[in-house]
Amino acid sequence: MTLRSVEVGEGLDTRELLAHASRQAEDRGYSNFTIVDVDSHHYETESWAEIAKYIESPIIRHLAGAGGVSKLTGQSSLIPSQIGNQDLAGRISRYRMRSLEKAEGKDVHRDVQLIRRAMSMMGIDYTIIFPTPMLNLGMHPQVEMEVAVARAYARWITEEILPADPTIKTMLYLPFNDPEASLKLVEEFADRPGVVGFMVTTVRYRPVHHNSYMKIYAALEERGLPLGFHAAYSWQERAMEQLNKFISVHALGFPFYNMIHLTNWVINGLPERFPALKVVWIESGLAWIPFLMQRLDNEYMMRSSEAPLLQKRPSEYMRDFYYSSQPMEQTGNMEVLKMTFEMIDAENRLLYSSDYPHWDFDLPSVIYDLPFLDERVKRRILGGNACELFGLEDAKTRGPAGENRERV
Amino acid sequence: MKVSEGETGREAVELFAGKAHEYGEGSRKVVRDGETEIGVFRVDETFYAYDNYCLHQGGPVCEGVIIGKVEAVLDEDGGVIEERFSYSENHIVCPWHGWEYNVVTGECATDRRMRLKRYEVVLRGGEVYVLC
Repeated sequence: MTLRSVEVGEGLDTRELLAHASRQAEDRGYSNFTIVDVDSHHYETESWAEIAKYIESPIIRHLAGAGGVSKLTGQSSLIPSQIGNQDLAGRISRYRMRSLEKAEGKDVHRDVQLIRRAMSMMGIDYTIIFPTPMLNLGMHPQVEMEVAVARAYARWITEEILPADPTIKTMLYLPFNDPEASLKLVEEFADRPGVVGFMVTTVRYRPVHHNSYMKIYAALEERGLPLGFHAAYSWQERAMEQLNKFISVHALGFPFYNMIHLTNWVINGLPERFPALKVVWIESGLAWIPFLMQRLDNEYMMRSSEAPLLQKRPSEYMRDFYYSSQPMEQTGNMEVLKMTFEMIDAENRLLYSSDYPHWDFDLPSVIYDLPFLDERVKRRILGGNACELFGLEDAKTRGPAGENRERV
Repeated sequence: MKVSEGETGREAVELFAGKAHEYGEGSRKVVRDGETEIGVFRVDETFYAYDNYCLHQGGPVCEGVIIGKVEAVLDEDGGVIEERFSYSENHIVCPWHGWEYNVVTGECATDRRMRLKRYEVVLRGGEVYVLC
């Protein structure tokens, strides 16, 4: 028997907070197969003094450190702030305490240490890490700021974070308000170790089918690198201004932006124009996908003249996309979830994601415990599909992904 | 560890959960015995002990904040006058995702058909024991 004391609100150690996750990993035998988390986060703001040094423009670099304090948000002009209540007014205590979590020594970057801790506790073999406040960067009215921060972040993470651990990967942020700068970023960073794709944050007002983006899509297709659309919310969105609670903005906002971009992507025939380009829709859960499939199919049958590039129904293109799983809607009706899995070809297209450390994170058990999946399919969703998509070596066999599946 | 008769009449194991005076505001004890993990805490003068696994994803529910249930106050027309913390109902909140449970009953705040497993707490000589 052991007796442990807990002082709520005093300090944070990921290894203690996620102790139950570690037991789940052990109970379910995660060590026997590869788990890939295709969407986890760090807080780049906590390393902003380092990132700011990579800003290329001396004027913007000076602005980043104005007053002797390097800040990314708050009074800074570099990243738009976002009204929100992610920490549930302090109920999710890791938000206010995460800056207090101590790293061990200075040989390994603190971010790497914290990421490793979470991975280890959850039983994850690879993680694809994304920034957090930068999810709002697409709303910056000064395009040159988005480009400056995106490039500085790309240089910093590829030089100071990713080389430290081959199990930590990223899909680099594209400064999508500047198509030429986005293309340049792809060309410059696509071959950097740890870069497994590129990512567009969805809170923005640039239609993805605009002709100025075609060279970017071609460049990604040619390199075999996936393009991810990472959702977020914005309370400044005019329609969302009517919502008076964060739950409402969050529940609608994340699928809302992915629905906008996916609709443009499909109706304008981008899958026909770039058939080998792999597209991943990140962090909108799953419930919106059957909804949109039905809406678009129904209207397409009547209005195909408005979508002349399409060779098949919108839902068929949508079945070819990849989707990250979190936050997977667990509302009690397992039949709905089962049907959703069938509609999106989850066995081949669904990618487990945690979104840790954000407030609505999902553990691998969210997938592993589903009663309608057999062991083989669970392993595909938890890691096999991602290994194939991102070209990751199977962490358990150290061979090509899928090599050990026959043993399941 | 001692053995006594629990509520069910079967033999219950008594697990030592610290001294009563160690339970201040924000203080919790977590007793682990094999696969069983029980969170113990005090609200006002009453001790509570629950299974320390949230019914959602298994988070350490007893290690979260304790806070009043949020209520909305309506006027006679159905308009909202204000929101306030309950005078009578406290919740314990799972630190992983925010699921809330009634401190006294262990019932899930959003669905009272779901509840945390509760354990009896015995105070003896300034020491706290959990029966399981």
